[in-house]
Amino acid sequence: MRDRITAFLVLLPSLVAVGIFVYGFIGQNVWVSLSDWGKNPAQALALRPELRFVGLENYRELFTGFVDTRFRQSVVNLIFFTLFFMGGSLGLGLLLAVALDRGPKGEGFFRTVFLFPMALSFVVTGTIWRWLLQPQGGVNVLPTLFGLPPLGFPWLTTRAQVLVFDWNQLPLYTAFVVGLVLLYLGWQAHRAGEGKRRFWSLLSASVLLLWAFTLGRHVQLLPYPEPHGFSLALVGVILAAVWQMSGYTMALYLAGLRGIPVEVLEAAKVDGASEWQTYRHVIFPLLAPITLSAMIVLGHIALKIFDLIFAMAGLDYAPTDVPAIYMYLLAFRGNQFAKGAAIGILLLLLVAVVVIPYLASQLRKEVRR
Amino acid sequence: MRKWLLAIGVALGLSTLAQTGKLEIFSWWAGDEGPALEALIRLYKQKYPGVEVINATVTGGAGVNAKAVLKTRMLGGDPPDTFQVHAGQELIGTWVVADRMEDLTALFKQEGWLQAFPKGLIDLLSYKGGIWSVPVNIHRSNVMWYMPAKLKEWGVTPPKTWAEFLATCQTLKRKGLEAPLALGENWTQQHLWESVALATLGADGWANLWSGKLKFTDPKAVAVWETFGKVLDCANKDAAGLSWQQAVDRVVQGKAAFNIMGDWAAGYMSTTLKLKPGTDFAWAPSPGTSGIFMMLSDSFGLPKGAKNRQNALNWLKLVGSKEGQDAFNPLKGSIAARLDSDPAKYNAYGQSAMKDWKTNRIVGSLVHGAVAPESFMSQFGTVMEIFLQSKNPQAAANAAQAIANQVGLGR
Repeated sequence: MRDRITAFLVLLPSLVAVGIFVYGFIGQNVWVSLSDWGKNPAQALALRPELRFVGLENYRELFTGFVDTRFRQSVVNLIFFTLFFMGGSLGLGLLLAVALDRGPKGEGFFRTVFLFPMALSFVVTGTIWRWLLQPQGGVNVLPTLFGLPPLGFPWLTTRAQVLVFDWNQLPLYTAFVVGLVLLYLGWQAHRAGEGKRRFWSLLSASVLLLWAFTLGRHVQLLPYPEPHGFSLALVGVILAAVWQMSGYTMALYLAGLRGIPVEVLEAAKVDGASEWQTYRHVIFPLLAPITLSAMIVLGHIALKIFDLIFAMAGLDYAPTDVPAIYMYLLAFRGNQFAKGAAIGILLLLLVAVVVIPYLASQLRKEVRR
Repeated sequence: MRKWLLAIGVALGLSTLAQTGKLEIFSWWAGDEGPALEALIRLYKQKYPGVEVINATVTGGAGVNAKAVLKTRMLGGDPPDTFQVHAGQELIGTWVVADRMEDLTALFKQEGWLQAFPKGLIDLLSYKGGIWSVPVNIHRSNVMWYMPAKLKEWGVTPPKTWAEFLATCQTLKRKGLEAPLALGENWTQQHLWESVALATLGADGWANLWSGKLKFTDPKAVAVWETFGKVLDCANKDAAGLSWQQAVDRVVQGKAAFNIMGDWAAGYMSTTLKLKPGTDFAWAPSPGTSGIFMMLSDSFGLPKGAKNRQNALNWLKLVGSKEGQDAFNPLKGSIAARLDSDPAKYNAYGQSAMKDWKTNRIVGSLVHGAVAPESFMSQFGTVMEIFLQSKNPQAAANAAQAIANQVGLGR
């Protein structure tokens, strides 16, 4: 009992501090995002601003308001950025780790070289890559070293978009993707023989997909079509981000590879597994937990990205916009504090979607142990 | 006895030094512009040696970072004694309407500034019967820059209207100049837009746009976007990656013929690039705007609750004085807001701008905070992005009007 009291007392200061400075302010931010702070310029920066409750009006404006088309493009940008950045970093990191794991000459040297970019701040990386990606220089003139014509891709300055879709189709696509994920979960549950989980996954998947193919087609977010797509200007940003973070995933994977017991590999060899089969069926499955951790780390970096884009393209360039940048513009330049707070809450939710399942599964594992 | 001596000493100190304590000046003048501010501070220290001046500078062109820091401080109830702000709606729409500034009309009357500054400028500084900041300098937004030697080589003259400009542009394109107009990142594109808009709408139309009398969706205002689109066809395609200096460089190197930029470009070319104003590089009002001076101005205001109010008032007096303005502006590369400053202290460009300042019709700049509140200005960048992405004049006009309604422009 006394132990418990001491434990509680020792924890109390940090509990109070976290309660106020983390959850208290998140709560305040939620309240601001439901208010009209910034709508009335006389109240925006008054000494004691009077806020009025407006419900979810700010969120509605962000997703369906006429002037917030830039927010919607920034969300699309963020999704594509996150996907390609995570894919690129994991792929390249794994490749480098496997190459280094085979013990080439100068392994220690290359390991350090590949890991170095991570030591830089995103601002430094962004500035260097902005110079490298100038249309008339840097990367584009590389081929001339080998007597080839220079590249003509304008990198950050392009306005071209690919994979363009109408914003009105968004609920449809979202339902479709989530439905597919649930189907996959159901399939896994089926293989694991967990009847209850299979039932619920399949049920919700079929409801979602049914909705997507019937009523979902008639949902209209906007009264007019609004095209959004993957801005090619982001390619340069993704390149820089992957350059910076793939060394980190390499280090994670390398640690994972070194942690695989030799017995397992030898057993595979004895069973007559080819090199590829060893990777496919022994090594990669054993690396799965590392992939998950790396994805969580990279995922939340990607969702919060601000400084890299700030340094590479500035704040005012919509093709490389992400919600964090738009939030800064609205709140600190346009005095639209409530709308800025709403974007902040949306970003928090996005990160939570990535992080909370991971934390929950980790906690469950620890309890099991 | 000692007490008496002390008291007399303090009294004497007060009367000779007049002022003690501190003065915190918040600005974004660092780097190239730092020496100008320092000259002004030196002058202040000569007059009030007892005051400790705290130079709180937050770097970042046009105050992009400083403004965010200032907002945090003001919201936290910790205003600096005086801060730099673009004169006009950027101050009024953010700070005056929120009741955070002191009215300076009395100071203007006492110092005779109502006569010293042109009326057009006073109008831009006024709101609801008060005058809210003291302008220290004037920059001009609607200036077109070119190299006379190059134009001679190409056999063209600086165009007087946008129609002429487009014709000249075609001539130059035929002569192999890929992009006759040099353009930079987003805000320089907005800067170009305001020159096109001023030419298309005229000084009165421009003013009506900001008072809400002329809608953005009016055919006349939509025509601005149409002309603007055509002008953009004459500009470089990699604009988004260039700073304004790099855009000026293109003109200097002869890769482009013209650049529309504020007159800080004169400072860049004469001080940094060592070119001679009037001979190496030359200027004209941007097409279709001769006789109109589109101005922007840095000014200092007095926030309510300033800790050292009297010191701040003395600073404002210095900022508005002839002595202060003539110390500051030749170094900054701008001209004095006052009409009575000494032309001998300025270079060839400054002298020509001073002449125009006295005779031209004065209007305010959008991009640099004179005519529209920040809530509009910051979202105008989005309007620009909508236009650049869609190339649709009507869509851009609709978006601009929607934002104008949302922020209550002109109300």
